[in-house]
Amino acid sequence: MNIAADPVVLGEQEADFSSVDKARVVEALARVLPAGALMYDAEDLRPYECDGLSAYRQMPMVVVLPMTEEQVVAVLKVCSEIGVPVVARGAGTGLSGGALPHKFGVVLSLARFNRILHLDAHARTAVVQPGVRNLAISEAASPHGLYYAPDPSSQIACTIGGNVAENSGGVHCLKYGLTVHNVLRVRGVTIDGEVVEIGNHGLDAPGYDLLALMIGSEGMLAVVTEVTVRLTPKPQLAQCVLAAFDDVIKAGEAVAEIIAAGIIPAGLEMMDQPATAAVEQFVHAGYPLDAKAILLCESDGTPEEVAEEIERVRAVLEASGATEIRVSRDEAERMKFWAGRKAAFPAAGRISPDYYCMDGTIPRKRLGEMLEAIQEMEGKHGLRCINVFHAGDGNLHPLILFDANQEGELERAEAFGADILELSVALGGTITGEHGVGIEKINQMCSQFTRPELTMFFRVKGAFDARGLLNPGKAIPTLNRCAEYGRMRVSNGHVPYPDIPRF
Amino acid sequence: MSDLTEQWRERVRAAAEAGTPQQVRGGGTKDFYGRTPAGEVFDTRGHTGVVSYEPTELVVTVRAGTPLAELEALVAERGQMLAFEPPHFGAGATVGGCVATGLSGPRRATAGALRDFVLGVRIVDGRGEVLSFGGQVMKNVAGYDVSRAIAGSLGTLGVILDVSLKVLPRPVAETTLRFALGEKEAIERLNDWGGQPLPVSASSWADGALHLRLSGAEAAVRAAERKLGGEVLADDVAADLWQDIREQTDGYFANVAPGEVLWRLSLPSSAAPVKLAGRQLIEWGGALRWLRSDAPAATIRDRVAALGGHATAFRGFDRAGDVFQPLPAPVMAIHRRLKQAFDPAGILNPGRLYDGI
Repeated sequence: MNIAADPVVLGEQEADFSSVDKARVVEALARVLPAGALMYDAEDLRPYECDGLSAYRQMPMVVVLPMTEEQVVAVLKVCSEIGVPVVARGAGTGLSGGALPHKFGVVLSLARFNRILHLDAHARTAVVQPGVRNLAISEAASPHGLYYAPDPSSQIACTIGGNVAENSGGVHCLKYGLTVHNVLRVRGVTIDGEVVEIGNHGLDAPGYDLLALMIGSEGMLAVVTEVTVRLTPKPQLAQCVLAAFDDVIKAGEAVAEIIAAGIIPAGLEMMDQPATAAVEQFVHAGYPLDAKAILLCESDGTPEEVAEEIERVRAVLEASGATEIRVSRDEAERMKFWAGRKAAFPAAGRISPDYYCMDGTIPRKRLGEMLEAIQEMEGKHGLRCINVFHAGDGNLHPLILFDANQEGELERAEAFGADILELSVALGGTITGEHGVGIEKINQMCSQFTRPELTMFFRVKGAFDARGLLNPGKAIPTLNRCAEYGRMRVSNGHVPYPDIPRF
Repeated sequence: MSDLTEQWRERVRAAAEAGTPQQVRGGGTKDFYGRTPAGEVFDTRGHTGVVSYEPTELVVTVRAGTPLAELEALVAERGQMLAFEPPHFGAGATVGGCVATGLSGPRRATAGALRDFVLGVRIVDGRGEVLSFGGQVMKNVAGYDVSRAIAGSLGTLGVILDVSLKVLPRPVAETTLRFALGEKEAIERLNDWGGQPLPVSASSWADGALHLRLSGAEAAVRAAERKLGGEVLADDVAADLWQDIREQTDGYFANVAPGEVLWRLSLPSSAAPVKLAGRQLIEWGGALRWLRSDAPAATIRDRVAALGGHATAFRGFDRAGDVFQPLPAPVMAIHRRLKQAFDPAGILNPGRLYDGI
């Protein structure tokens, strides 16, 4: 095979795996796996048919649950030999369909890789298996006064392997960084069954920064079997300021003013009035319901540091026209301030049968334009949208409310979402800040990147996975798909063949 | 301020077609770094200017040929900084060279490395295609994170056109403390402090003296100062000290003897003293150890690898050989394929990183 010119390797067209023979795959895998680590009956496969983006479902051909790295190597060698797609999976909490199975593929669950192998409090590192839950790392580090900083909202359930795949963030990334800033090393297995160590326990590694490529690669470059994370000292104190504004734009400007004053808060979140109303009836956080927007600004550090920063924040918020400012007086009140923000997604689920969460990131100064445009889109698509926003880093989570049981609402929600993502790109931002492209935003990748850029992504993938067997069809759209999507777009919203399944 | 995108694209295309190696070079201040430069000089200093700077967005986008000093002065005017404190190593350092070498200074251990602050890049790849990766926003997971991989790739994957960097506010207060400590105690103390919520922003140990810089809110710096003790350095003395470490104008670096190699050892911060012949200077809370030594390269590399790190022959080494720690075969194979992906004709700084890369 001439890889350099292969149209599948170059991402010109999707690979066709329909000739994969299930019986042969099962037989080959059974030879390398113990009993109980291999499943292929429909009822066993059902739990794997979707991840956190449940609107997309696909039954896999086979699921494997290896327990050791040797078994992962063996599974990948089998899949590589037969030419079977492999989709690695952690807890399945992802919101972009990154772990959606392949119809002719193997789901490789890392659920049994659930041990913390080593925690070195002095060096502030932990070596963990990929199936360890995000929060479990912080819990294990807690007796040493340490924690693992990235805190995606799903942290009680999501795994570190999934965090590596998605480069997960959370509400504290402006100050503490994303997964890519907090992982020192990953050990993984390539599709050829080679074990590779990427990064190390120092602060850098020789050669190209493969760690940066691996983190956020959505399981498309290698299967992670071990992760070394950096642990951070727990701040002595955290305090939160809640500020109300009678205008969303003013709230946005207040965020800019906080940054301009040289303050990098530990968290800086915004919610619009409909979002505030939705969570307030759910968790009774005591949010001011007459405010058009509220800001939550958290400060952490030593008591002296926090006191100093809170005073500076208060001064900026007052000057920015906040109509009300409350500072949490104790930990209970701080948690109460956050309870509403953290309940935004469940609250959306309470006021609407279904909701669709978007993840665009925009330069903060364009927030006003974005929110106005979303209001117009509500009219255009006939659906409501509530907005929560990681204001500090420009990451917007509009929650589009719909009812999948109502004819056409899912399609309208998807069209609404696509409009938001494309506007994010047009405003100088990106279609995904932290949830990943997966299958969900794959068409919008065609708007964000040019053809040569997409081709380069395929070439990068080819450097790790020459035949495109790891998670095919995700994250990077083929040129065929973009051409098709381009045609769909020029037809001015009238989608051709509305009856065919569409991803 | 001028935009040479089109000229550069043409130049790379022509070079790829003719198979003419290009030595991509800014101010040449880091010519000493990596393996021997090869090819006709591709001077990047004509492509200059700040494309955009939004202090309240914490982002600056700048063309590669822009002098690093100019960029630092610009952000300093707005009370901001490049938090990774990149070394200039000379008056003419450019932003492109800074990103291509990927080197970070004293603040790295706590603030993050250069690659942590790269939000996006635009490059000309080895085919002469202009490609843009990442962007100008803090969080962006669309596509592989190619922009961070360009950082530190020594110009072997593409010619950097411009780069978007995250900037941070300068700390309100800063102070430097001095402690008389031996190597082992210093490493231990640094790691103890690293596990506490202290505003440490730099550290340097040599010859029985540990210097520790604290940066942050006034109250936090004063509280830490009281807690840690030590001797407080005068502000101007401290500023000179960190500048000399960052730029390697300190006597330790300036007086590398003939026959000695300056090794850069990257180790787990808590690794025991390396016990290799020669003099050391320790930075980054123990994670970066400079070693002036005439010991054989293999001895140094083996010792450092056993401690879980890697060694770079930084200055004074035979640059035809391996300057960077040799890679295991499967990782090297990925490197070769990546090089092939970005620069199939092998014309961009060939051999600067590894033989053939």
